[in-house]
Amino acid sequence: MAEPFSFELVSPERLLFSEQVLAVVVPGTEGEFTVLKNMAPFMSTIKPGVITVTPVSGTSQRYFIRGGFADVSPTGLTILAEQAVPVESLDPNLIATEIKNAEEDLADATDDEAKSAAAQKIAQLKEAQAALAH
Amino acid sequence: MPSLKDLRNRIASVKATQKITKAMQMVAAAKLRRAQAAAEAARPYAERMSVVLSNVAAGVAGRADAPRLLAGTGSDATHLLIVCTAERGLCGAFNSSIARLARDQAIALQRDGKIVKILCVGKKGYDLLRRQFKDQIIELVELRSVRQIGFNEAEQIGRKVLSLYQKGEFDVATLFYAKFRSVIQQLPTAQQIIPAEVTAAEEADGAKVIYEYEPDEAAILEDLLPRNVSIQILSALLENVASEMGAKMSAMDNATRNAGEMIKKYTLRYNRTRQAMITKELIEIISGAEAL
Repeated sequence: MAEPFSFELVSPERLLFSEQVLAVVVPGTEGEFTVLKNMAPFMSTIKPGVITVTPVSGTSQRYFIRGGFADVSPTGLTILAEQAVPVESLDPNLIATEIKNAEEDLADATDDEAKSAAAQKIAQLKEAQAALAH
Repeated sequence: MPSLKDLRNRIASVKATQKITKAMQMVAAAKLRRAQAAAEAARPYAERMSVVLSNVAAGVAGRADAPRLLAGTGSDATHLLIVCTAERGLCGAFNSSIARLARDQAIALQRDGKIVKILCVGKKGYDLLRRQFKDQIIELVELRSVRQIGFNEAEQIGRKVLSLYQKGEFDVATLFYAKFRSVIQQLPTAQQIIPAEVTAAEEADGAKVIYEYEPDEAAILEDLLPRNVSIQILSALLENVASEMGAKMSAMDNATRNAGEMIKKYTLRYNRTRQAMITKELIEIISGAEAL
C-alpha cells in the first residue's frame, strides 16, 4: 500500500492543488515517471502533457500541463507549471492552437537550433493531444 | 461678491464632482481587492521558483560555463531600465514616484558614464520620462486593453527583454515598480532581474540535499532562468496593479473629503448671503413704513 505524501501544483497565477496524495505520474522531458513517497530528491523539466494524480481517496485526477518543472524533495513533490488546466475543463482547441503556433515557429525558424526546438515542441504537443484523446 | 445663483451653481457642480470621485473610489476599492488576490495567488509560484533557482544556481555558480543570464555579460556598460507604471492617472503620487526613482537612477548611471536604455510598461511612465529621456526610451508597452494581467502579458515582455539581451543590447536590467504595502503606502522599488540575483540557498536544514537532475543542471538552468525573468515581471506587474488601485483609492478618498469641505464652505456662504439679503429687504420695508 502506497503511503501519502504532500503534492503541490503551482501555476504562475495561482496554487492549483495542495494535498496529500498517493502517487503522481509526471511527463518528464526524458520520459514519464511516477513519484511515490520517499523518492530520491531530483529535479526534471516537464514537457507538455498530462499529469495524473492519485489522491488518498477518490478517483484519480488529470491535469493538462504546458511545460514546467518538477521538484522532488524529501518533503514532497512540487510542480511549477507554466499553465495547468484540469483535463475536464480543457478546451480542445487550446492544444490545436498551440500546435499551430509551434508550426508557425518552425516555418519562421532560420537556424537549425530553432528548427529542431520547434519540431520537438510539435512532437510533444501531438503526443499530449493523443494522450488526451482517450 | 458672487450672487446667490452663482453660489448655487458652484455647490451643484462640486456635488457632482464629489459623486464622481466617490464612485471612482468605490471602483478602485473593488479592483484593489481583486488585484490583491491576484498578487497573493501568484506569490507561491514566485517563492518556489526562487527556492528551486537558488538550489540549482548554487551548483553552477562560479563555473566558467554558467549561463549568461546568471553570470552576466561580464561588463555593466549598458543598463536597461524597465519602468512599470499605470495606464491611467488620478492615483496620487503613484506614477510620479516610480518615474522619479527611475529618473534618479538613470541620471546617476549616466553620470558614471554608463549607457541607459529605458523600456516603458504603461503609458503614464512614458509621459513622465519622455521629455527628459527622449532618446533613451526604446519602447513603450501598453497594457491598456488588458483587463486582468496574466502570465501571457508578462511572458511577452519577458521575451522582448530576453531577445534584446541575446542581441547584446544591454548588460544589466532593472525593474522599477511599486511594492504594495498597504492602501496608503506603496513602495517604489528597483529590482535587478538580469543578471539574476540569487539569494544564497539556506542551509538551515543541516545537510544539504543532493539533487539529481534530468536533464543535467545546465539544461535545467537554461530553461529556468528565462522563465524566472517572466515570473519576476509578472509579480512586479501584479504588485503594481494592487499599488495603483490602493493609491487611487486613497487619492479619491481625499478628493471626496475635500469636495465635502468645499460644499460646506459654500453652503455657509450661500446661507449668509441669503440672510443678509433678507435682512436688507426687511430694513428697506421697515424704513419705508417709518418714512410714511
